[in-house]
Amino acid sequence: MQPVRIHNLQKSYGGIQALRGITFDVQEGELFGLIGPDGAGKTTLFRIITTLLKPDSGEASVLGKDVVDEYNAIRSSIGYMPGQFALYQDLSVRENMNFFASVFGTTLEQNYELVAPIYRQLEPFENRLAGALSGGMKQKLALSCALIHKPALLVLDEPTTGVDAVSRKEFWQMLHRLKAKGITILVSTPYMDEAKQCDRIALMQNGGILSIESPSAVTRQFDRQVWSVRAGSKYRLIQFLRGYEHAESVQPFGESIHYIDYRAGFDPADFKQMLERNGFQGVQVQQVAPGIEDVFIRLMEQEETYE
Amino acid sequence: MRTIKFLLQKEFLQIFRNKSMLPIIFVMPVIQLVVLSFAATYELKEVDMHLVDFDRSGVSRQLVTKMQASGYFTLRSQSANVEEGITDIRRNKVQLVLVIPPHFERDLRSGRPASVQMNIDAVDGATAGLIQAYGRSIIQDFDAGIRPDVEEVRGGGPGGIDIIPASWYNPNLDYIKYMVPGILVVLVAMIGMFLSGMNIVREREIGTIEQLNVTPIRRYQFMLGKLLPFWIIALFELALGLLIARFGFDIPFVGSVWLLFGIAGIFMLVVQGLGLLISTVTHTQQQAMFIAWFLMVIFILMGGLFTPIESMPVWARELTLFNPMAHFIKIMRMVLLKGAGWNEIQHLAGLLALMAAVILPAAVFRYRKSTG
Repeated sequence: MQPVRIHNLQKSYGGIQALRGITFDVQEGELFGLIGPDGAGKTTLFRIITTLLKPDSGEASVLGKDVVDEYNAIRSSIGYMPGQFALYQDLSVRENMNFFASVFGTTLEQNYELVAPIYRQLEPFENRLAGALSGGMKQKLALSCALIHKPALLVLDEPTTGVDAVSRKEFWQMLHRLKAKGITILVSTPYMDEAKQCDRIALMQNGGILSIESPSAVTRQFDRQVWSVRAGSKYRLIQFLRGYEHAESVQPFGESIHYIDYRAGFDPADFKQMLERNGFQGVQVQQVAPGIEDVFIRLMEQEETYE
Repeated sequence: MRTIKFLLQKEFLQIFRNKSMLPIIFVMPVIQLVVLSFAATYELKEVDMHLVDFDRSGVSRQLVTKMQASGYFTLRSQSANVEEGITDIRRNKVQLVLVIPPHFERDLRSGRPASVQMNIDAVDGATAGLIQAYGRSIIQDFDAGIRPDVEEVRGGGPGGIDIIPASWYNPNLDYIKYMVPGILVVLVAMIGMFLSGMNIVREREIGTIEQLNVTPIRRYQFMLGKLLPFWIIALFELALGLLIARFGFDIPFVGSVWLLFGIAGIFMLVVQGLGLLISTVTHTQQQAMFIAWFLMVIFILMGGLFTPIESMPVWARELTLFNPMAHFIKIMRMVLLKGAGWNEIQHLAGLLALMAAVILPAAVFRYRKSTG
């Protein structure tokens, strides 16, 4: 049984289509990632999966139960961490844990083993009010509360947004540990670098899914060569390349620029000379392996040209 | 049942931890009762008066002295010109210009009809009415006092119908006795209307409702968890308020206090239900607050707290049928002051119960839609 089955799911707010026919399945024990910019529809999709929102049309079942008809059965067996911190800021760490454990009919002691790796870090602050915790600590508390009833499926909406790099790394390590315990995890993130951590990723844009692949397959599929170009002035270089007749894609990427050329017989040496002729100094051109971000941006650009 | 227990535990923990809210909840009844009961009074105090005495006789002086001696009227100024008095009214210096015409004493002594004129500042209609009533009764009293002298001269006159009023249940027409029970109702209504509804909107505003909604907590459990704490607090406040009323204001408890608490319990369900209903259609505390205040003001102004319902136009009187506060204020006064029992108030209590039975399920039903 697939823990999450979504078929042609649609949802509109007023006249705006937030989801335009989404279809995908999540396998048991999988760490499935939804990658996409803000406004792509990730949160709407999650709210339907967690039974907080009814879809306009299409089917969605979670753990074999329909999200509309059997929402109560779903609620007791999934763990959800909303994008916004949603625990009681005026209750202490321990009180939050106890409260959420009790409404699921369990206790912290009963499921201590599952949450221990995360909760142990919070124990020194058990009596501190949740509102007084740091961002990383809040996130750990939210995950602990989402896990307290041993859910079969964990749904995490942008859990690492607004969290520092170290905490983000730690957080993904925790997710891998939970996955090893057999919990299926559905996670969304706007960060492309986190996508690599997932078993499969769905690239989302404008309420639709552009592709669903494993991170390595996503990049393998990429049929173009990506060139990393550096020159003195990054801004002037972008301006120039965007006006260049053979350019297919020009994207800033950290210190350098990721450049894709239309021509099949692209010659980096010629290209470098051409740039130097146009007044650029210290030009470096190197081929790089395409990353998920490259794929994503290319898919987005294609989508826009089709529309 | 266990879930409700945990919800209640959590709510009380949060309520008692809220350092800014808690004092308000418990100081409010004291302030409301003490300040409002003394301030919101219909008794007349110190009306400033301008005197235009054209007669300048012994009798006219006697009348003015009598009015001053009553303690309600203070002579601020006098002149021989009515215009001057009116100017004083316009400048808010006096509220009454008393004009005594020439030959006042002569007419009175000879048994002819005599008149005095009271020019009253009627911007505030209620006060104007009071000035008129007080002034009239003093002048009539004065007339009756001077009449025997006159009648000696005329040798007996026609006998009039004398009305002897007896004020029941509040023999001294003590305004506080009338106000305190009503203010107690406003007090519990405020807690019911604002606190529980606002609490839900707050959860929505902060986003905690999102986490709560994915738990197996049932709708009715959630609603009960929000209702019960403030229901208990409101009844506690009522007890506190009644204690202040009894020992601070000497309000008689003629009827059964238990009956009162029973009705208060039903009344709370009605106003709390309204609060919850508001919370299901609003997204911010500001919106909820505004709607709640709108209803509250209508309930108070049309609830017979200050102005008697009987003196409202017919359509307004019919509207008060839907005003739970009007019913409870009535019940409160009936039970506390008149000692009314179940038989006398059962139709009003029935109305309240009916309202609760309609509004509460509506709130629970609406709550689901707001999440779907």
